[in-house]
Amino acid sequence: MSKILEKESLGPKINLIKLKVPHIVRKAKPGQFVILRIHERGERIPMSIADLDLENDILTIIFQEVGKSTAELATFKPGETLSDVIGPLGKPTPIKNYGTSVCVGGGIGIAPLHPIAKALKGCGNKVISIIGARSKELLFMEEEMRKISDELLITTDDGSYGTRGLVSEPLAEMLKNKKKIDFVMAIGPVPMMKAVCYVTKPYRIKTMVSLNPIMIDGTGMCGVCRVSVGGETKFACVDGPDFDGHKVDFDELSIRLKMYLKEEKIAMERYLSLMGKQ
Amino acid sequence: MEAKERLKIPRQRMPEQTPEQRKSNFFEVPLGYTPELAQKEALRCLQCKRPTCMDGCPVEIDIPGFIKLIEDEDFIGAAKKIKETNSLPAVCGRVCPQEDQCEKTCVLAKKFDPVAIGNLERFVADYEKDEGEIEIPKIEKKTGKKVAVVGSGPAGLTVAGDLVKMGHEVTVFELLHKAGGVLVYGIPEFRLPKAMVEAEVDYLRKLGVKIKLSWPVGASQTVDELFEEGYQVVFLGTGAGLPNFMHIPGENLCGIYSANEYLTRSNLMKAYAFPDHDTPIFSGKNVAVLGGGNTAMDAVRIGLRLGAKNAYIVYRRSRAEMPAREVEIHHAEEEGIKFHFLTTPIKYISNEDGWVTGMECLRMELGEPDASGRRRPVPIKGSNFIMEVDTVVVAIGNSSHPLVPRTTPGLEVNKWGNIIADLETGQTSRKGVFAGGDIVTGGATVILAAGAGKKSARAIDAYLKTL
Ligand SMILES: Cc1cc2nc3c(=O)[nH]c(=O)nc-3n(C[C@H](O)[C@H](O)[C@H](O)COP(=O)(O)OP(=O)(O)OC[C@H]3O[C@@H](n4cnc5c(N)ncnc54)[C@H](O)[C@@H]3O)c2cc1C
Ligand SMILES: Cc1cc2nc3c(=O)[nH]c(=O)nc-3n(C[C@H](O)[C@H](O)[C@H](O)COP(=O)(O)OP(=O)(O)OC[C@H]3O[C@@H](n4cnc5c(N)ncnc54)[C@H](O)[C@@H]3O)c2cc1C
Ligand code: SF4
Ligand code: SF4
Ligand code: FES
Repeated sequence: MSKILEKESLGPKINLIKLKVPHIVRKAKPGQFVILRIHERGERIPMSIADLDLENDILTIIFQEVGKSTAELATFKPGETLSDVIGPLGKPTPIKNYGTSVCVGGGIGIAPLHPIAKALKGCGNKVISIIGARSKELLFMEEEMRKISDELLITTDDGSYGTRGLVSEPLAEMLKNKKKIDFVMAIGPVPMMKAVCYVTKPYRIKTMVSLNPIMIDGTGMCGVCRVSVGGETKFACVDGPDFDGHKVDFDELSIRLKMYLKEEKIAMERYLSLMGKQ
Repeated sequence: MEAKERLKIPRQRMPEQTPEQRKSNFFEVPLGYTPELAQKEALRCLQCKRPTCMDGCPVEIDIPGFIKLIEDEDFIGAAKKIKETNSLPAVCGRVCPQEDQCEKTCVLAKKFDPVAIGNLERFVADYEKDEGEIEIPKIEKKTGKKVAVVGSGPAGLTVAGDLVKMGHEVTVFELLHKAGGVLVYGIPEFRLPKAMVEAEVDYLRKLGVKIKLSWPVGASQTVDELFEEGYQVVFLGTGAGLPNFMHIPGENLCGIYSANEYLTRSNLMKAYAFPDHDTPIFSGKNVAVLGGGNTAMDAVRIGLRLGAKNAYIVYRRSRAEMPAREVEIHHAEEEGIKFHFLTTPIKYISNEDGWVTGMECLRMELGEPDASGRRRPVPIKGSNFIMEVDTVVVAIGNSSHPLVPRTTPGLEVNKWGNIIADLETGQTSRKGVFAGGDIVTGGATVILAAGAGKKSARAIDAYLKTL
C-alpha cells in the first residue's frame, strides 16, 4: 500500500503524482521504473521514475491518460492509496561523461528523460535537450529541463510553441552542421525513437532509447516484454529498458504494443459507462 | 475392524464436476470428500506398525495418526496432527503427486489401490477451514534471532512456518503482490483455488510470520544489505521463474505466449474475469500448447476454458514420456484436449498484422535413450505440415530466477544458474545463506520444495544456536 502525497495536473490528461516509498527511493537510479497497481482488480502498470527526492524519500511519476488504468489512476486524490508499488526495476541508464550529450524527449517521454539528463549534467556532460509535444499545452517540465540543460530546444507538431516539427529535426540539423555530439538519449513514442535513431545512425553516434513494451511482472518472469535487439530476443524489464537504439527492431515493438487494442477498447468503454452511471 | 474387512473396502473416488460442466468454468474440478466418504476411506488404512507411506512424505506427516483421527470422527484433531509438520495441507492434499510419494510407498499399493492419503489430507484441511476453528499452536519462547526468507513459494513458506514455530523472527520478501509463488501465479484456480493458498498464508501470518509483498530482493535490497539490516540468516526460495523459449523464427509474433505469461495473466491477474479484472488475455479459437508437463496441461485447459474450439497439446515425445501427472493428463483428455504427440514446431507463420496464424511442424520418431533415460525424439525428414493456430503457449520449462544470483557476490551457481546448496541442509557457498526448492533443483514439485524447506529450517535453527 502506498499513499499519494501530492497530485498535480501538468496539462490535458497529463498528471504528476508523488509517493512516499523509502525502500524504492533509496535504491532507484535514473532510467529505472516502478510497477504499480491501483486496486485489487487492477493490472500492473509500469511507470518510469520522473524524479527522486532523496531527503524525503519521495518518488515522482508523471503519466498520461491513455486507457482505462491510467484514466482511473487520474481519479486518485492525495491521501488515497495505491494497492502496490514495486521497484526499482530495470537497469539504470549508463551515466558517464560522454562529452556532449543530446537528450531528446517526446511527449510523456520527457518525464523519464529528466532524471537522466540531470545525471548526465551532474557528471560533467554538456547537455543539449530537445523536447517536444504535439502542441503547446501538452508540453511539460520545460523549466525543469531548462535548469539542467546547457541548451534547450523545443518543438511542437502544430507549431503552437517552439519550432514547428518533430524533435528529431533539430538534431538532424545539428548533425548536418557538423556539430560534435558524443551521446544521444531518446525517450518517447516508438516512431519518435525510431526517427532519432534513423538520424544518428549514419554518424555512428551512440544512441540509447528507453523501450516501453507491454509488461506484467517486470522482473524477468513472464517474457511478455520481449524485444528484438541486434537480432537477439531481450526482456526489456531486466535487460533494459534502455537499449542501443541502432539495434532495436522498432517495427516489431509497435506491433506487439497493439496486441490488446480490442480488449483495451472494451475496458475503456465499460469504465466510462460505469463512471457515467455514478 | 479386522484387516481383512478393511481390505474389502474399495478406494473411495472423489466426486468431480463432469467434463461438460467444467470445460467452461474455472471452478475446482474435484469437489472434495463428504465426511462419510472420508471415514470410509480412512477405514482402508491398516494402521501399520511400520507405516511405509511415511517414507514417501518429504514433510514427515504422521499419516496413520491423522487417518486414525478421521476414522474416530475427530476431523479437527486430524488437521492439527497434519499441521504439526506440514504448514500447507490444503495445498499438498490437492497438488502433491501422491502417486509418486506417500501413496506409492503405502503397503496397499503393491496388491490393491493405495489409501487415498492426499484426498484425506485435503478433506481435513478443508473441513478445518469451513469450521473456522483454526487454532494457533504454541510457539516456542522467542529467541530474538532474525531470519529473512526470499520468495513465498512452498519452500519459503515452509521454512517460515517451521522457524517461527521454533521462536525465531521471520520476514518473507516476495516480489509479486501476492504470496504463494507458483501456487498463486502458476497453478490454475480449477486445480487449486486461490482462497486455499490465501488461507494457508494467513495461517502463517497468524503464527507471526511477517510478509512483505512487492519486495524484490536484489532490487530493493541485496542479500548483503539484509545482513546489514540485522538478519542473521537469509533463506533463498526464489524458484524457477525464467521462461524458456524455443528460439525458432517468429516467436515474438502477437499471440505467442510463454506459459508463465499465459498462466500469470489468467491466475494471478485473473484475466479470465476480464473486464471485471483489468488484465486482458487473448481468447484464441485454436490454441496450441507446446510441452508435456503439468504446466502444459494447465495452460491448455485454461485455453479451453477461455473458449477455444480446438485446444492442442503439441509434444515432441509420446504419451508415455509425458512428465505431467497422470490425473491431469486424464482430466485433459476427458475435457476434449487434442494431443499431437511426436510433433515439434520449427517456425511460425503470420498475417500482415503480425499475428500468428499457423505453425510449421515436423513429425518425430523415438530413437536411442538420451541423458534423461527417455528415448530421444528424432525428426522425420520431409514430414513437415502446417497447423492452423491463433494462440501458442510455449511450456517447455523454466530456468532459475536470476535476480538474486546476479546481485549476490560469492553465491555459487551451476551451469543452469541453479544455486548450489547441500540437499540435506540447504547450506550454500555463503555463510548464513541457505537455499531450497526449485532454485536449487530446477523445476520440481511442491512437496519436494516444501521438504527442502523443512530440512533447511532444521539446519538454520541449528546454525542460529551457534551464533
Ligand atoms: C518501462 C515502462 C515505463 C513507462 N513509463 C511511463 C511513464 O512514465 N508515464 C506514462 O504515462 N506511461 C508510461 N509507460 C506506459 C504505461 O505503462 C501505459 O501507458 C499504461 O500501462 C497503459 O494502461 P491503460 O490501461 O491506461 O491503457 P490501455 O488502454 O491498456 O493501453 C494503451 C496502450 O498502452 C500500452 N500498454 C498497455 N498495457 C501496458 C502494460 N501493461 N505495460 C506497458 N504498456 C502497456 C499499449 O501500447 C496500449 O495500446 C511506461 C511503460 C513501460 C513499459
Ligand atoms: C503451471 C505449473 C503447474 C504445476 N503443477 C504442479 C503440481 O500439480 N504438483 C506439484 O507438486 N508441482 C507442480 N508444479 C511445480 C511446483 O509448483 C514447483 O516445483 C514449486 O512451486 C516450487 O516451489 P519453490 O518454493 O521452490 O518456488 P516458487 O513456487 O517458484 O516460488 C518462488 C517465489 O519466489 C519469488 N521470488 C523470486 N525471486 C525473488 C526475489 N529476488 N525477491 C523476492 N521474491 C522472489 C517468486 O516471485 C515466487 O513467488 C507446477 C508448476 C507450474 C509452473
Ligand atoms: S504432503 Fe504429499 S506426500 Fe505428504 S502425506 Fe500429504 S500428499 Fe502425501
Ligand atoms: S502404509 Fe498405507 S495402510 Fe499402512 S499406515 Fe500407511 S497409509 Fe495406512
Ligand atoms: S515484464 Fe515479465 S518478463 Fe518482463
